Amino acid sequence: MILVIAEQKDGKLNRATWEAIAAAQQLSAGSVPVKVAVLGEGVSGVAGELAAADVAEVLTVDQPVLGRYTADAFVHAAAALVTAQAPAHVLLAHTYQTRDFVPGLAARLDRALVTDVIAIKSAAGQAAFARPMFQGKLVADVVLEGPAPHLVTVQIGAFRADAVRKGSTAAPVSVAAIAVDPSVVRQAPESPFQEAKQAVDLSQAERIVAVGRGIKAQENIAVAQQLAGAFGAELAASRPICDNGWLPMERQIGSSGQTVAPKLYVAIGISGAIQHLVGMKGSRTIVAINKDAEAPIFEIADYGITGDLFEVAPALITELKK
Amino acid sequence: MKIAVCIKQVPTREWQPRLNDARTWIREQEASYEMNEPDAYALEEGLRLREKHGGEVVVCSAGPARVQQVIREALARGADRAVHVEDEALGAADAFTAAAALTPAMQEERFDLILTGLQSDDQGHAQFGPVLAEKVGVPHSTIIMEVQADPAASSMKVKRELEGGWFQYVTMPLPALLTIQSGINQLRYATLKGIMAAKKKEIRKVAPPAGLASRLKVVALYAPQKSKQTVMIGGSPADAARELVRRLREEARAL
Ligand SMILES: Cc1cc2nc3c(=O)[nH]c(=O)nc-3n(C[C@H](O)[C@H](O)[C@H](O)COP(=O)(O)OP(=O)(O)OC[C@H]3O[C@@H](n4cnc5c(N)ncnc54)[C@H](O)[C@@H]3O)c2cc1C
Repeated sequence: MILVIAEQKDGKLNRATWEAIAAAQQLSAGSVPVKVAVLGEGVSGVAGELAAADVAEVLTVDQPVLGRYTADAFVHAAAALVTAQAPAHVLLAHTYQTRDFVPGLAARLDRALVTDVIAIKSAAGQAAFARPMFQGKLVADVVLEGPAPHLVTVQIGAFRADAVRKGSTAAPVSVAAIAVDPSVVRQAPESPFQEAKQAVDLSQAERIVAVGRGIKAQENIAVAQQLAGAFGAELAASRPICDNGWLPMERQIGSSGQTVAPKLYVAIGISGAIQHLVGMKGSRTIVAINKDAEAPIFEIADYGITGDLFEVAPALITELKK
Repeated sequence: MKIAVCIKQVPTREWQPRLNDARTWIREQEASYEMNEPDAYALEEGLRLREKHGGEVVVCSAGPARVQQVIREALARGADRAVHVEDEALGAADAFTAAAALTPAMQEERFDLILTGLQSDDQGHAQFGPVLAEKVGVPHSTIIMEVQADPAASSMKVKRELEGGWFQYVTMPLPALLTIQSGINQLRYATLKGIMAAKKKEIRKVAPPAGLASRLKVVALYAPQKSKQTVMIGGSPADAARELVRRLREEARAL
């Protein structure tokens, strides 16, 4: 059996869960039953939604202590659930919440965990899980060893939610008899919040020039600024530029910044890490300028120039002014 | 406060990975190395907490002899001493193995707070911190952007980064482990004085516990396949600029 652990917040399903179910159905190849478990408080609605998938069963662990997420409560509940169900594989989407509790879960169960998987293959009868390494410059096919269950987290966007096979009837929903003693929880979380309202809403921009660490120094930001001006574009950045304080946080694109889909996205000196790509890959036309011909950003670009941005950007500014 | 900062030595971002003959790993001996960037932020946070609350910062690293480079660098930036779990086989260790290698030494030291980066720039498993916390037996929280410690009350309040610009405060007891997100602070660099002082600081070498075995076996390592047909535009910068602008106007209609 393959067990997918869904993610929800306040009774709202995280869409990435469908991607994990799609991955589980692929891994099962129709021959191994798939079950989905949802942990939280007041999750019957989410369970009902998940029951539309072609799965053997939807399990709920519904308890007040799981209402506001903590690593301790989730490790505890998931460890009891996995032990009781004894699946061959446990699959989850590689979200921040998964990153927070699943490694601890693997350690508690003392089982192998592979994270951020982008494809599932079969190698000599064994499943091999492809995952990026070395900043996305390479991909590794990884085989998990040691006793089952093997834990697998899948990269957001790597499996298609719309590929999930739906059942002809709703899957049965049942309650897993698991109790979490609130005294195991050591973290006391407060309500999530957003920082002060953002002054720039990049999601409305038609064109964006985004600058990355290839710009080298704060004083060179002016080069990117001029290029943005020449394109009639808003200026945005990858995370390290904002971490360094060279541009304000509100101009950061990516999983921890803004998500944009402009008509034109010009990435200069950006390598194309997955956390950046998730924030901009919906752009209609993507241009990448990078001195490294192997940079992962070129994998998603429509147009690419391999070259030094300090030579290409001024040439572009001249050309756009013509 | 007695603070541990776990750091990893990783190939530099500029290094173009080259594969071994079996195409299952990189040619480690050809790489140039640096401190994993999120770990550098964890170190800085540890130094700031020590400046505020007193105590000591101990850098801990598992790896072959070559990782002394980043240990020395951390000592030069201001860490007080180091623990090095040394073994040549740890060069390619995954997160689980590295955490298991460090666990006995970490347990013995009884730290108030263990800091480390949220993931490594090379393997990027994002597992080391929570696995070590579980093995050492302390609570953890991940992707941290602010630490307010109250050692007198054996407690701290931390700011967790969530997706899409959301955050959350979490209060938890000490001892504990945090994984630090890049950008939590502004890094300091080693001064000449720091580099000189580092030469006299203690690096305690420890053998790893017996029976370490990785459960993640890399069977193939290769360059990613392109998903899009990228039009690569060559020529001099001026020619490439002219061609790109022409295509953006006429073909993509993006200008
Ligand atoms: C939980 C988490 C959340 C994250 N959230 C985000 C996020 O929201 N947004 C984000 O962007 N990142 C995010 N990151 C960080 C992300 O993983 C990458 O580290 C980051 O995107 C890299 O930024 P970069 O491409 O600018 O820098 P690098 O990866 O260092 O790339 C710099 C690029 O510039 C090129 N270059 C250098 N010099 C030149 C030159 N002269 N001319 C042309 N090209 C040159 C290099 O070839 C290289 O490809 C997150 C990471 C984590 C773990």
